[in-house]
Amino acid sequence: MNHFARTAGDWISDRWATVGDRVSDVVGKRPVKIPLIIVGVALVYLLPILNLPIIATPESDFPTVLFTVTVYAIVAVGLNIVTGYAGLLDLGYVGFYATGAYVIGLLTAYHFAWPFLLVLPIAMLITLVTGVLLGAPTLRVRGDYLAIVTMGFGELIRITIRNTAWLGGTSGIKSIPAPQGIGDKSTGVFQIPHLDWSTGTPLVDLNRQTKFLVFGVLDATPYFWLALTALIVIIVIERLVKRGRVGRMWEATREDEDAAEIMGVPTFKFKLLAFASGAFIGGLAGALFASKAGYINPISFPANLSMLFVAAVVIGGSGNRWGAIIGAIIVAYLPERFRQLEDWRLLFFGIALVAIVSFRPQGLFPPGNRARAQRAARRAARDAQREVPVV
Amino acid sequence: MSEVQTAPSTVQPLLDVDHVTIKFGGVVALDDVTFEIKPGEILGLIGPNGAGKTTCFNVITGVYQATSGTVAFDGTPLKGKKRYQITKLGIARTFQNIRLFPSMSAEENVMVGADVHSKVGILRSIFRTPYFRRTERESRERSRELLRFVGVNADPEDFAVNFSYGDQRRLEIARALATKPKLVCLDEPAAGFNPAEKQRLMQLIHDIRDAGNTVLLVEHDMNLVMGVCDRIVVLEFGRKIAEGTPAEIQSNPDVVAAYLGTEEDDDDTA
Repeated sequence: MNHFARTAGDWISDRWATVGDRVSDVVGKRPVKIPLIIVGVALVYLLPILNLPIIATPESDFPTVLFTVTVYAIVAVGLNIVTGYAGLLDLGYVGFYATGAYVIGLLTAYHFAWPFLLVLPIAMLITLVTGVLLGAPTLRVRGDYLAIVTMGFGELIRITIRNTAWLGGTSGIKSIPAPQGIGDKSTGVFQIPHLDWSTGTPLVDLNRQTKFLVFGVLDATPYFWLALTALIVIIVIERLVKRGRVGRMWEATREDEDAAEIMGVPTFKFKLLAFASGAFIGGLAGALFASKAGYINPISFPANLSMLFVAAVVIGGSGNRWGAIIGAIIVAYLPERFRQLEDWRLLFFGIALVAIVSFRPQGLFPPGNRARAQRAARRAARDAQREVPVV
Repeated sequence: MSEVQTAPSTVQPLLDVDHVTIKFGGVVALDDVTFEIKPGEILGLIGPNGAGKTTCFNVITGVYQATSGTVAFDGTPLKGKKRYQITKLGIARTFQNIRLFPSMSAEENVMVGADVHSKVGILRSIFRTPYFRRTERESRERSRELLRFVGVNADPEDFAVNFSYGDQRRLEIARALATKPKLVCLDEPAAGFNPAEKQRLMQLIHDIRDAGNTVLLVEHDMNLVMGVCDRIVVLEFGRKIAEGTPAEIQSNPDVVAAYLGTEEDDDDTA
């Protein structure tokens, strides 16, 4: 009895220790960070409500822009696993994005009228399977060849959809219903008025209220919250996976595939795992996009979208999830923020990209370890040069 | 261990290279090579440049498949085995030109090797199962231990690229040892070392053997090979020309001819 009580106590304290460790695995070792993170996340959730003057986009609907940025951030986190961690250049990521979007379109509108929350996991699983089916034969090739194959895959998906009637063909899929919300359709559970800064001081705009939680065409705020929640869940899971054996094996594969294989890493398996995880997350992003857009057709998924996704990861800093997210913000937000420049904005955007790539080829925020390592290597090289005359 | 060396014929070999031939197109890189490595010994593989030492290494570690003949490890034929499966069976190696994972920390480099025998799963990582935590902790501790064992004194959390040349070589040895090998294959571990470092390496190779491993050493430095090996196999032009103890090898006329050349030999090979 006594013995049992002791083991039960041990078991419980073990469990608690595990919970604590798990929290620290997600947020890091410094507990001071936790309140800061909570405040930061809350601020991000409130962005569309606060409507802050410099950040808000004057020429386009701010919540919609925030939603798009968040979807791009999800894409960037997913693609960062493939390209940043495992080192597989994927130029056809839009294929997974399209797959996710079309599963939503087909199952909630075109063929069936299943609820969004049921179809969302189905969409992600189907995209995951697509990733495995594409990865299994193609991940045996490396580098440039893989890039070409993936690029072909992105186009293949788009062209197949265009030419297949039961996938909607060229006319696409219309009236994809909004996800089921919470509360009454006309009022929601409660309403939150947005702030209006047009006079220079913040005023509560009672004409513009977000209904919690009603998804509709007029107000993109609930969609933003949904996407942001998805992004946070993905980041937490991705971080847990990265910090440990799986992350190490991905990185070892990226650094030197042959050496990794000889050190006992089944590199093919881990490349496939990275590819499938990336596909899974890409499918999520596409599904969110489709349910917000309400209408999808093959033109929504052009090849240059893949390039933009890769640009986001590379600009931000391949291999660092936060860098990739910032890259996504840059490619999705800046063109919207400077919409008043009209057609010039794309020119400036292009110049900005070229500038970043020329002056900071490793990306704005490369992974801490690699950046530190490179700095240290440069320092060592300098020191070595200095030492030569002495010797 | 010494019994093993004095009565070799009764012991089952750890590695059995049996009439192995490797051809690359018309080039015969290894020609009917046969030798065995007994448990607990340090076997040196030497020969002039282009003799097929590295090819031999590569066929043992699964990088190349033998054109004919068999390689068996611990009784298991290696034919058709994937490289990572061979590592799992218990053969680990280092590389002639250092091949670390440069932007991972020293500790992580070694942990990649240590992970070989623990199950890896995405769900285990997400739920941080007790198994995951325990194996993760063990492999970290083991890595630190191995870094100390091989004599890397730099910060284990520093990145492999930052390490000095010698430390990178030792780090590679630690990474190979982390896979808990029965047979450790060292491909020119002393390349670029000064005499003091060579001395330390010699001690390290002895330590590795004393820790219960068997060692296959490919090396150019004759002092090191003669000083550390129990037995030596000499290759020339892909063929085995001699096998024996360091003393036997040093007095073998074929070996002397292979290294220094003879007048008749020059005519043959010209």
